Amino acid sequence: MSSILVVDDSASMRQMVVFTLKGAGYEVEEAVDGMDALKKAKLRSFNIVVTDVNMPNMDGISLIKELRGLNDYRFTPLLMLTTESGADKKQEGKAAGATGWMVKPFNPEQLLATIKKVIG
Amino acid sequence: MSIDISQFLHTFFEESFEGLDAMENNLLHMDVNSCDVEEINTIFRVAHSVKGGAATFGLKAVAEFTHSMETLLDQIRGGEKTLSDEGVDVLLRSVDVLRSMLANSKAGNELDFIESEEIKKRLDELLDKGSSKKTVMKPVVERKDDQQITNWEIKFIPETGLFKSGNDPVRMFRGLSELGIMEATVNAESLPDFESLNPEECHLSWDITISGKISKEQIAEIFEWVADDCKLTITSVEEEATAQLVENMVPEDVKIVVPIVKPMPGKEGRATQTESASIRVSIDKVDDLINMVGELVITQSMLGQLGQDFEMSKIEKLSDGLAQLERNTRELQESVMRIRMLPISFVFQRFPRIVRDLSTKLGKKVELIMNGESTELDKTVMEKIGDPLVHLVRNSLDHGIEMPEMRRKSGKDEIGLITLNAFHQGGNIVIEIIDDGKGLDKAKILEKARARGLVGSDEDFGDDKVADLIFAPGLSTAEVVSDVSGRGVGMDVVRKNIKSLGGNVEVRTEAGKGSRFTIRLPLTLAILDGQLVRVGEETYIVPLVSIIETLQIKKKYINDIAGKAQMYRLREDYIPIIRLYQSFGLKPDQEHLENGLLVVVEGDGQKAGLFVDDLLSQQQVVIKSLETNFQKVQGLSGATILGDGTVALILDISGLLASAKDSAQMQASGAAA
Repeated sequence: MSSILVVDDSASMRQMVVFTLKGAGYEVEEAVDGMDALKKAKLRSFNIVVTDVNMPNMDGISLIKELRGLNDYRFTPLLMLTTESGADKKQEGKAAGATGWMVKPFNPEQLLATIKKVIG
Repeated sequence: MSIDISQFLHTFFEESFEGLDAMENNLLHMDVNSCDVEEINTIFRVAHSVKGGAATFGLKAVAEFTHSMETLLDQIRGGEKTLSDEGVDVLLRSVDVLRSMLANSKAGNELDFIESEEIKKRLDELLDKGSSKKTVMKPVVERKDDQQITNWEIKFIPETGLFKSGNDPVRMFRGLSELGIMEATVNAESLPDFESLNPEECHLSWDITISGKISKEQIAEIFEWVADDCKLTITSVEEEATAQLVENMVPEDVKIVVPIVKPMPGKEGRATQTESASIRVSIDKVDDLINMVGELVITQSMLGQLGQDFEMSKIEKLSDGLAQLERNTRELQESVMRIRMLPISFVFQRFPRIVRDLSTKLGKKVELIMNGESTELDKTVMEKIGDPLVHLVRNSLDHGIEMPEMRRKSGKDEIGLITLNAFHQGGNIVIEIIDDGKGLDKAKILEKARARGLVGSDEDFGDDKVADLIFAPGLSTAEVVSDVSGRGVGMDVVRKNIKSLGGNVEVRTEAGKGSRFTIRLPLTLAILDGQLVRVGEETYIVPLVSIIETLQIKKKYINDIAGKAQMYRLREDYIPIIRLYQSFGLKPDQEHLENGLLVVVEGDGQKAGLFVDDLLSQQQVVIKSLETNFQKVQGLSGATILGDGTVALILDISGLLASAKDSAQMQASGAAA
């Protein structure tokens, strides 16, 4: 089964995303910010990374830039969770190497549908 | 599939309240003239997370309110606006509004929109100032369902670097096939020779036909992520004649459709149930605990092995092992107790705000210094000590600290100083509230106390005893009853609450120099320092804090009064004697007072002497509730299990005194009749 790294500094959002993905049978690991995620991503490889954008220590866009620079993550789908006010963030994220984005608020079903399309 | 997202609400509320505390804290320390970017960022992130969460979990009003905050903060962060004093003020008010909105949502109450509307208006005014940017939350475009069946032709020519963004055409095909009947034809014309083929580049393109009740926007949405990395044309077969090229085509107003998540039915009940039922524990405490359990397991297996083939020659090993077991158990107990311990900063963090608001209101200048914020105490104690502390701090600010000109006249710095200290001392936590104000007016207190008949007119009082009078019921020396403090219901309630936690509060004051309130509290309510006493065959535990002294009874000090009640003369006081064997219906060793011991205790401000057979050891005991295991018993506050496995009951001194008084009155009235 595919493995997913979920990065969000908000515990409730993280819980929801993790619960949803685990419920669908994915193997899920969580990270609380970009720094934490980068550390975890280096320890093993994930099939997909889903990250919040606004986080302390290292934000989602810097994380994506860092990950794309790693050999293991050159082609890995990297998704951003943005808000509707972050239109310019999408462009910034794309430039950093993001695969795509989901706009908050989303519900668990939408999240799962998107993930399924990306990694089957 | 449907997932009940209300189960994450509790976490959302918890993290939001924490975030708001941090936000408030940052705002209070903010110097508008030299803003730290990281501070603004922290504040922004809180607003951002609360908004995101609120929108996700269906708290629409909260999401809308935070949206204005977020936009304002984003502009400040981006340098478009500068943060003004007014801005800080409005943001602080917003924190209050959000707190109450969240608290109401959590409790399942109706939200109060009057205040939130007012603050939102002020936020929007700040936003409008010098900026033309509109900040309206974009309405979500609903997908129409009255779509005609359309046949679409899509030409999809990705750029060679498509894979480098982690995109795979397969995802788009999956998406399209969900919309309708799809057929894709691959075009491999531009595929280079095998030798020069770079497998990391995409050289294929596709012609796709799809038919169904599909809008152009739906198709565009599927290609949204790769809009910049491909050439894409979407044409309906019907309008082929007027085929138009769609490049970078995602129209501005296309949105992923978001059904509004309705709050789940029955949410209210659950919200109140889980109120405060959880606790956040730092990882290192849990790690400690796991470590300790590991040690325990090792000791257990060692002892187990020893027991299998035990000979008397191994007795030393056995006693070593038992000593280790004892150590492990004690450490484990301490670790478990630590889980309930939280730093007092949870309470202290409200004070900067309270002091700021109140000093502004009173026109005083006050600096607040807090020490020992990381001092830990039990969660239950923490929850109950908050209000008394707030009262004391307000009191210091209102009555203690003088107006700036007064302070100048008396040669003090204009800015008054309130210091909050917290530290551990023995098994207690000590909290001090110190102000450098005018001190208590002892003459006035004494005068008022005499007027109320609290003390006799000719009684001579020491300074400390006078100051102590402010804790007497119904005594407030505030000349004007303000809405800050001084309703005369304050200090006695403060003392009562602190006493109910097994602690005490005292005050030292010096005219013109200030006052110091010292609160002493037990670290936890689950463990009690007790004095074991014996009555006949039974052992009882008297809380050590209630005991004033213990003495051998002298016959000449015993006074018989009406009925069967007896009083004991303790220096200038007369205290009632309570025979514990009578209270609990036991057969004692001694019925003659002069052969036993008298434990002088105090509860609810009254003293009494408990007549017991013997004093045993003093020890810490773990309190087990009688109510949960049996039922409430007058005069007993709980039970514990002693080292030898027997159960001992813990005396509730206040309750005991009250019931003794009742029975004495009954006897007295019986004797009179």
